[in-house]
Amino acid sequence: MRRSMLFLPGNTPNMILSGDCLGADAIILDLEDAVAPDQKDAARVLVRNAIKYLQFPGVEKIIRINSLDTPYWKKDLDEMIPLKPELIMTPKTSCAADVLEFDAYMSELEDKLGYERNTVKLMPLIETALGVENAYAIASASKRVAAIFLGAEDLSADLRCKRTKEGKEILYARGRMVLAARAANVDVYDTPFTDVNDDEGIRVDAEFAKGLGFTGKASISPRHVAVINEVFSPTQKDIDYAYEVMEAIRIGKEQGKGAVSLHGKMIDAPIVARAQQTIDMAVALGLGKEA
Amino acid sequence: MENKIAKASCGTMESSDAYMELEPVAGATQIELQSVVEHQFGESIRALAAQMLAEEGIENVRLSIIDRGALECTLRARLETLIGRAREGGSAHA
Repeated sequence: MRRSMLFLPGNTPNMILSGDCLGADAIILDLEDAVAPDQKDAARVLVRNAIKYLQFPGVEKIIRINSLDTPYWKKDLDEMIPLKPELIMTPKTSCAADVLEFDAYMSELEDKLGYERNTVKLMPLIETALGVENAYAIASASKRVAAIFLGAEDLSADLRCKRTKEGKEILYARGRMVLAARAANVDVYDTPFTDVNDDEGIRVDAEFAKGLGFTGKASISPRHVAVINEVFSPTQKDIDYAYEVMEAIRIGKEQGKGAVSLHGKMIDAPIVARAQQTIDMAVALGLGKEA
Repeated sequence: MENKIAKASCGTMESSDAYMELEPVAGATQIELQSVVEHQFGESIRALAAQMLAEEGIENVRLSIIDRGALECTLRARLETLIGRAREGGSAHA
């Protein structure tokens, strides 16, 4: 269950320490953009100790490491893989070869540590035009890839366009990411909404992303987490309808019917699949029971 | 391990963090601590610092710690970074 992912700067103890009480399903401990080049060593040790000693129960740990074009990424992985964070986020991932390079080094470390391969999953951050074009290749490059994540700030710079609240400039990229992820059967996460004080804006942006098919959304502010969780959770009405669908299917099968309808509408396989997804999520959130 | 270190610093003055400096001195090791939780945790912070210096074989240094309420895992991280930087020549490094 990962609806919200909250970025926390890797060299800031007072923010990291509260990581498990800010409501996010996952925290992204950031060793990349949030850390100055001359503080990379300090952030790496701080994040490693935080995971080792605090553990953050009930919250998924994602580490955003530095990109392949820096001298830092191997050191980041050397320190993080022994602690088995759930996911490593790789910035500026632009092609399948990038994924395979991270994957190979992670496998090497897992072998040395005696861990099963793919213990730590990958979430490539796609934030270049080339990355968006290669989204499916990235998402399907390795079994280690569990999700892909759209980074719109860097992407807008690469596209040479202005980043706006409405997000028209990233509409194609958003759609492309969702298609790629679903085709590769991995999760897909939307870019953060960067106006921390716009409470209505985050809701509109999150609802739009959910409507496109995103699994969840990242945030740079704890203020946005509750709205993201709410938007990406099924409503009680959704849950009730999902159980009705499953019940109608059950009765139809008992009666030997080939076609089943509910409230005057035919129930076909995609509707049943969506109902099952809703029930699975409701169960995970403690809002429902297995159908 | 070779006890060759340069003057180094790390950390910040933000809450829940600690700022530290380490430099070689002629005499015995000195640990200077200013802490917002001195009364309750001063002794254990000094003990932790002394232990980590000893584990690294570092002697004849002055360690200055300005603690802003850092947890032990943060103090350990800052001390480790500080010692690493001191061994690398003193400046922050990646």
